[in-house]
Amino acid sequence: MSRPTPRVWALLAVVTVAIGVGTAVGVTEYRRAAAQDAAADPVAATDLASVSGVPHLVFRSTAPGDQYGLVALVPLDDPSGPRAFTDVECDRVAAGATATACLRTIRGVATRFEAELLDAQWQTTETWPLPGVPSRTRLSSDQTLLATTSFVTGHSYTTTGFTTQTIVHDLTSGDSFDIEEFTLVVDGEEVAPVDRNLWGVTFADDDTFYATAQSQSLGHTWLVRGSLSERTVETIQDGGACPSISPDGTRIGFKVQTSNDPVHWEIGILDLRDGSQRVLTGETRSFDDQIAWLDDDTVMYGLPRADEPGVTDVWSIDLAEDASPVLLVPQAWSPQVVGG
Amino acid sequence: MTASTRSGSLPAEPAPGGTRPPRAARSTRVSSAVVTLGIVSLLTDISSESVAAILPLYITAALGLSTIAYGFIDGILQGASALVRIAGGWAADRGDHPKWVAFVGYGLSAVSRAGLLLASGFAGVAAMITVDRLGKGIRTAPRDAMITAASEPRTLARSFGVHRTLDTVGATLGPLIAFAILLVIPNGYHTVFVVSLGFAVVGLAVLGLFAPDLRPRRAAWLEKHRTRETRGLPSCKGCSCGVPGLVPAGRPFSWRSAANPAVRKVLLAVGGLALLTVGDGFVYLSLQARDGFATQWFPLLYVGTNLAYMSLALPIGRLADRWGRARVLIVGHVALLAAYLSAAVVLGGAWTTLVTLALLGVFYAATDGVLAAVVGEHADASVRGTAIGTAQTVVAVARMVSAAGFGFLWYGLGRAPAMLVVAGALAIALPFAYRAVRGLDTAPPPDDQGEEDETAVPSDAGADGAPRSPEDRS
Repeated sequence: MSRPTPRVWALLAVVTVAIGVGTAVGVTEYRRAAAQDAAADPVAATDLASVSGVPHLVFRSTAPGDQYGLVALVPLDDPSGPRAFTDVECDRVAAGATATACLRTIRGVATRFEAELLDAQWQTTETWPLPGVPSRTRLSSDQTLLATTSFVTGHSYTTTGFTTQTIVHDLTSGDSFDIEEFTLVVDGEEVAPVDRNLWGVTFADDDTFYATAQSQSLGHTWLVRGSLSERTVETIQDGGACPSISPDGTRIGFKVQTSNDPVHWEIGILDLRDGSQRVLTGETRSFDDQIAWLDDDTVMYGLPRADEPGVTDVWSIDLAEDASPVLLVPQAWSPQVVGG
Repeated sequence: MTASTRSGSLPAEPAPGGTRPPRAARSTRVSSAVVTLGIVSLLTDISSESVAAILPLYITAALGLSTIAYGFIDGILQGASALVRIAGGWAADRGDHPKWVAFVGYGLSAVSRAGLLLASGFAGVAAMITVDRLGKGIRTAPRDAMITAASEPRTLARSFGVHRTLDTVGATLGPLIAFAILLVIPNGYHTVFVVSLGFAVVGLAVLGLFAPDLRPRRAAWLEKHRTRETRGLPSCKGCSCGVPGLVPAGRPFSWRSAANPAVRKVLLAVGGLALLTVGDGFVYLSLQARDGFATQWFPLLYVGTNLAYMSLALPIGRLADRWGRARVLIVGHVALLAAYLSAAVVLGGAWTTLVTLALLGVFYAATDGVLAAVVGEHADASVRGTAIGTAQTVVAVARMVSAAGFGFLWYGLGRAPAMLVVAGALAIALPFAYRAVRGLDTAPPPDDQGEEDETAVPSDAGADGAPRSPEDRS
């Protein structure tokens, strides 16, 4: 047996330090997560039935603790007050009076993703797998159409690129549409870029929807209007992403990139009646979400907390010129108004 | 660690002066330097793949951003990384210290892990991904040049098989480790980054401490002159290599020798076939469109391909050594053709998916390491890194072009017909590619060339002339 050489000792030292630091950070983070759970101010909770009966907000609760990630409800007249928890865990939620759609990550050593449709009693009516990380979901106002966007990424070293997959499900007929395969019309002309991604759908009626389309090869991101019956998507504006239509159908709120370095997204509002648009300058923080409408004059959106990973807040801002953002629901994400 | 400690003693093995180990012994053992490099790749792949697997979740769940922009950046960087490969190979050839060029590449990736811990916004994360990709681009060609230099030429493809097996084991373990950490520690992304950094640093340490500082160009020079002496020739033609104190430098770098006729043939054939290689992503999406099993397991399909690649890299490497490397390289594309057909034709059920994944694994096992082996075999020692880097860049760029062009078919014809068109084109191209490289395997290497390569291991190892530190011999 020979004695270990100095370089074996050196390697052992490196391995020891690596294991030591890794363990220390792991234990610290584990303790912090546990402490966050234990010390979490007990979230004021109320019963589901009382909130379901009145106009309310449905959202994903990001309050640390056992109920992290569960869908919760707050009455519209007291959005920062006690919340009623469901037992449904989601990353993104789309809700209506009679149905709720939920996209989630199934954590595990083999992490997978799925979509679930629930009825008014929060019972599962259908589930199906998703090909990647949940990104956006919306229901039409009558809950007959559902759109889901997931982010599909190639994990293999040898694979290049990525794609979003956006599927529109007709919940009455059971048909589904991969809107990426629809005919793309740019400024009135049919084009066939070699690459295209569509995401962030919002439904105007039972046929018309708005979404984001992007072609890297053409170097453009557009807001598009689509028709399920004609299988087309037509650009309405160059620039902007993740449209969301107001309850009265007159305006579209979207995110618009106003700076490249650092990347800065602001809230844009497009008036469909006269084509005018403006940016809500009251919100100076960059946001990255598909906005939702609190009412015809107010939008809401999620912002992550800088110092608490995984915790987000829902903010709202009035469309009025001098409005500034208001913290609407603390520790929340992916809000939707039901029965408003 | 036994394998890597063994590699530490490599330089002390019989050096240039002449005696080679018996043939039988040489052909049954893969050089410990190759195993060391394999372990470095394994550790580094655990590091990079663990982060890559959770990055979309981290960006969406912890940073609260959409992942879409990340995907774009990733695509662009894959291209940048491909171009840096040539530079990495060139630097390795010029300086004749491939180990330290590879070290810089592995080092950059380790630095990017540390940076991830500090990066809070999207721009920071994107910058760190950039650094990681650049590091990967820089290190690949020098490392493959080292594998070639350290290997017995007769079993070169097997050496690459061993290396790629270890590499793929790492790529498969990485995501599992990352997801296991997240399962135990909710939002434990920083733990994943630190663990990833740990694996990267240990990999870097194994490379720095245990991989021999091979000097392929110098070794070839020494070998050539030794051979001339043993043949009773004047020590060299019109040069002064007998003068004491003169540093043997070997043939200087030249682009012309980097692309000699044999290498050019390989580049042409493989580049042409790469234009018909549309990427796993499309194959997976095609499977997903027709098979519930593939939909269910979509995020894990790449694991199936990796498992097949991992288990076949070594046997196919052996086969390539025996049957002809260039031949296996081309015939391996038949597996790709079969994968396209299998993904396009509706047979339904889990079997279609599993067979397709296995075929993709066969394709990678028969082409990735074998390409480096073929180019390493035919390129002159003085330009090997550049030649290997160029070959890998040609393939990567051609595949990107192919993926972009395939988009037209994908949207124009629909998924299955598009697959069938590419499969048909591949079927037509394969015989031509086969004919182009056929001659490369059959011709035995000319004596001079052969000698030069064959003794690369011992002469490289001892090429520094001065004996290594004493503990190396213990």
